[in-house]
Amino acid sequence: MGRSKKESVNRRDFLRGSAAGVAALAAAVTPVGAQDSGKRAAGTPPPMSKQAETGDPVAEVLTTDRPGADFMVDVIKSLGIEYVGANPGSSYRGLHESVINYGGNKNPEFITCCHEESAVGMAHGYSKIEGKPMGVFLHGTVGLQHASMAIYNAFCDRVPIYMTMGNMVDATLRRPGPEWDHSVQDAAELVRDFVKWDDLPASLPHYAESAVRAYKIAMTPPLEPVLLVVDSELQEKGIAENTNLRVPRLTLAMPPQGDAGSVAEAARLLVAAENPVILADRAARTPAGVTLLIELAEILQAPVIDQGGRMNFPSRHPLNQSAQVTSLIAGADVILGLEVGDFWGTVNSFREQLVRSSEPLANPNAKLVSITANDLYLKSNYQDFQRYTEVDLAMAADAEATLPSLIEAVKRGITGDRKRVFEQRGKEFAEARRNALEQARHEATYAWDASPISTARICAETWGQIKDKDWSLVTETVPWISNWPLRLWSFDKHYQFIGGAGGHGIGYAAPAALGAALANRKHGRLTVAIQCDGDLMYAPGILWTSAHHRIPLLSIMHNNRGWHQELMHVQRMADRHNRGITRATIGTTITGPEIDYAKLAQSMGVHAEGPITNPNDLGPAIRRAIEVVEKGEPALVDVVTQPR
Amino acid sequence: MKKSGVFCSVLLTAVTAMAILVFCAEAGSQTSAANKKSETASGNVEKGKELYTSYGCYECHGRQAQGSRTSGPRLSPNPIPLSAFSTYVREPRGQMPPYTNKVVSDADLADLYAFLKSIPQPPSVKDIPLLQ
Repeated sequence: MGRSKKESVNRRDFLRGSAAGVAALAAAVTPVGAQDSGKRAAGTPPPMSKQAETGDPVAEVLTTDRPGADFMVDVIKSLGIEYVGANPGSSYRGLHESVINYGGNKNPEFITCCHEESAVGMAHGYSKIEGKPMGVFLHGTVGLQHASMAIYNAFCDRVPIYMTMGNMVDATLRRPGPEWDHSVQDAAELVRDFVKWDDLPASLPHYAESAVRAYKIAMTPPLEPVLLVVDSELQEKGIAENTNLRVPRLTLAMPPQGDAGSVAEAARLLVAAENPVILADRAARTPAGVTLLIELAEILQAPVIDQGGRMNFPSRHPLNQSAQVTSLIAGADVILGLEVGDFWGTVNSFREQLVRSSEPLANPNAKLVSITANDLYLKSNYQDFQRYTEVDLAMAADAEATLPSLIEAVKRGITGDRKRVFEQRGKEFAEARRNALEQARHEATYAWDASPISTARICAETWGQIKDKDWSLVTETVPWISNWPLRLWSFDKHYQFIGGAGGHGIGYAAPAALGAALANRKHGRLTVAIQCDGDLMYAPGILWTSAHHRIPLLSIMHNNRGWHQELMHVQRMADRHNRGITRATIGTTITGPEIDYAKLAQSMGVHAEGPITNPNDLGPAIRRAIEVVEKGEPALVDVVTQPR
Repeated sequence: MKKSGVFCSVLLTAVTAMAILVFCAEAGSQTSAANKKSETASGNVEKGKELYTSYGCYECHGRQAQGSRTSGPRLSPNPIPLSAFSTYVREPRGQMPPYTNKVVSDADLADLYAFLKSIPQPPSVKDIPLLQ
């Protein structure tokens, strides 16, 4: 694209509404020192120029056909970013305009969000479905402040998000008033503790390198958010004619694998073990991770405890023994942890009651083997890394990338005798899995006809209508809905479950579900969210975004009318302090008035029904909502529910 | 912008506690019939239902005492014997906080127990097509 010079006005004059011509303004400029014809005493500073004394403006051409932001869009497009979620902000107005006009608002498409936390939350959910980052644009200072909790969630959840923030670096170019409030010396400092990398490029070539570098860093395990702070002037200023700009080639780093010796030792332990257990938390980064974990478990006939950070292992696979976690840990002689976020909490109990106490759950002779990229990357300030775990073998590596070599090593070590042992072990687990499913079905009958409606009933009614479709559940199931879906439903595809917030920051679920639905849209999947009421109320504007962008998402409200986790905490304190136990609802419930989520959704253009209190009304309402979603629109069913 | 999922971290213990109480509930169903009259004689079902809500029992155990894998075990139907119930409330073994008689009297416990005893049996799995 060519660049043309046009007459324009200085930024300050533009604000004053004085559109003076370039030539006229230029005539008023007097070179510094031109008026200093007399002698000065030693040490006396030179007199100020007339221009400096009077503050007469210097003309500056601002109009251009080729702003720097256009090149930034070229770079962003080269990275394959499909969407940028954002709430508009003047510090990135140049990029905003370039995306929608120069970039044609496609790859990336601008997704209008009502809150920066929602934009980052959407990107969080999108990434876990699509396996690559979504973009987010953030306004200077206040926008990043709004976004910070959601960024922290993504950081804890090891999710890449590609964030760009505007900031007017040069103080002399800032507009008086708000632009000063929205400018900052070190913009990224606010979130530096929980982004993997940030930069403030000083030029467009610098931006190009940093932009590609940021993507590469975000996508190298452990995957994490990254932040580029982009000077507003760099976005808006025209590109000089002879500037040599090119988009650097992106080459992703290969994920780190465990070293051969450690892999061989881990395989030896697993093959020799009588009672091995495999823990999988954020193990399956991609669909291939599920396939690999199935292979490892099957050749060993070893039970898998899926801790739910991702969809790691089919829920009804005979070796899925997630329901037997306590007994399996207690009886294990080898425990293999794959990207386990809290290994210590898995192999130890922690009781906070009359006294605070803990004790090991695992056999003291059990060998603990850990494979996690978390060992490659740790920061000091925020404490998401959990208690230190005394393991016997720690591989600082990506679990999914290490599984192929571990599988091969295990295969090499299996003898005929061991194979027969494994086969017998597998038969016992198959029966245990069948029993667990029957037990779950039996437990689901309790409060089956209750009003408020039980979470088991919600999950059973939903499953009854989606099980024959290509569905994707995009909300966390522990603790909010008692893990019913993973107990009752049959999960076998990577996109059917995406784990939770990571940092347990409330306000994640609604935007993440919508972001996941956005990613699922082009694949034609039916996206389902079981949406907590307290979470939705952090930023309910996400409903508007769903309607505006026609993102098909079925939201079934888990409306227990409170922030129930906190209610239980306050109840615990009230009980512990012996001052009465009837007032814990103060500050923890959402009643008086009860929120009508159907009306809330309808007001933003979303099909909605409810509040539903009769369990017999639930199935038909879900069916009607699915019909809407399958036409490409969002729908919400408000269900008044049991607490958990 | 906040906050917690502290109870997530106690899931294992909560499940353990659930197993204990469910076991007790099932065992109680076998032994409680003989003691049924004496165990419920002093309890008031309606008052127990009110206390179950006002004392916040429902928060962890559900409004029909159906329990949850992630917060607290099922208490009914077939609650454990009253004596075991009272002992557990005063000196719980899992994550449940202890309730002294300063905040829950013995009379309250009897009423709560009467309410738990009044909760009917659920439908059978075989009668619920959605659970097949």
